Amino acid sequence: MKPVENKKPTREVKIVSRVLAVNERMAEQNRRRFGEKGVFVINVMSSPGSGKTTTLQKTLEAIMPEVKAAVIVGDVSTTHDADRLAVTGAPVVQVNTDAFGGDCHLAAHVIEKAAEDIDLDAIELLIVENVGNLVCPAEFDIGEDARVVVLSVTEGEDKPVKYPTMFRTCDAAILNKIDLLPYLDYDKQQAVAYIHQVNPGMPVFEVSARTGEGMQAWIGWLKEKMKDKKPNSKTKKKG
Amino acid sequence: MHEMGIAQQIIDIATASIPPDMRSARVERVNLKIGKLSAVVPDSLRFCFEIVSQDTPLAGAELAIEETPVVARCKDCDARWTIAEPVFTCRTCNSGSLEILSGRELDIVSIEIADEGDHETGRE
Repeated sequence: MKPVENKKPTREVKIVSRVLAVNERMAEQNRRRFGEKGVFVINVMSSPGSGKTTTLQKTLEAIMPEVKAAVIVGDVSTTHDADRLAVTGAPVVQVNTDAFGGDCHLAAHVIEKAAEDIDLDAIELLIVENVGNLVCPAEFDIGEDARVVVLSVTEGEDKPVKYPTMFRTCDAAILNKIDLLPYLDYDKQQAVAYIHQVNPGMPVFEVSARTGEGMQAWIGWLKEKMKDKKPNSKTKKKG
Repeated sequence: MHEMGIAQQIIDIATASIPPDMRSARVERVNLKIGKLSAVVPDSLRFCFEIVSQDTPLAGAELAIEETPVVARCKDCDARWTIAEPVFTCRTCNSGSLEILSGRELDIVSIEIADEGDHETGRE
């Protein structure tokens, strides 16, 4: 007997796997390795032009040499950011994602490879400057301990509600370029309210990387986070 | 934007899941679950999949995408609701301490392979 209306008969094979399972496994491997070495890893993300590189440059200048840090910088192309960060004296590894298919984000395997060029025994902080993009990097775990998103007052106040996944997966936000506020119609209260609408209680650091204003609070937060991780590593501390 | 890479992952996982006795059969459909909070646009993914799947066992397969809503649970008062707007505070008690129960999925659920037993029609 023939079925009257028939979709082709098919056999269903159950899979049930995260599509990014490979990346997630690799990220866990990275996390274990960084943990063994006592290295705190921070994944810094933002839209292009938010002042991420300047913020990191000023951060490195402020914390080094007390904190031994290295940087992995992701860009689709050019080494401009790496050149700017290298001035601080921190070891910098540039990753150009065009070699990996022009990716819009850094994936865990890229970090694993880049980390081979860094002496993990000699550092305690690894800063990953992700590709400027508020969408894709949110989806890719790289084995980090904390995530920070940088936005600036020259962008729309509503960035957080336009990119909720990014803002929800981050542990802190840096609101940069506040030295420009007198020249803009930017509603800072509204921006912070939007951040908290998406991620209630998220620390927001209002800074000007250019003038240095507000940088201490952000750096203090970063150092606290690093301390929190220490129990797993060489320096034992009661949790 | 990264849908091309995601499409490639889907093809890798799906290809590896074809049972050995069905290697020559056609994969008709790939069933996916994609949460509204995942950074994936279904239409872009379909477009990329079509391109990347050429010359693979997945060529011509349909991507059946079930989009899952964002469902939250309040850790303070246990209320559960579907989040439609990007507001992540509890509707009932205003707490910001939420657990996201669904909406972050990016899962491959199953593949459907043409049943070779079907000889009576001329279709492939």
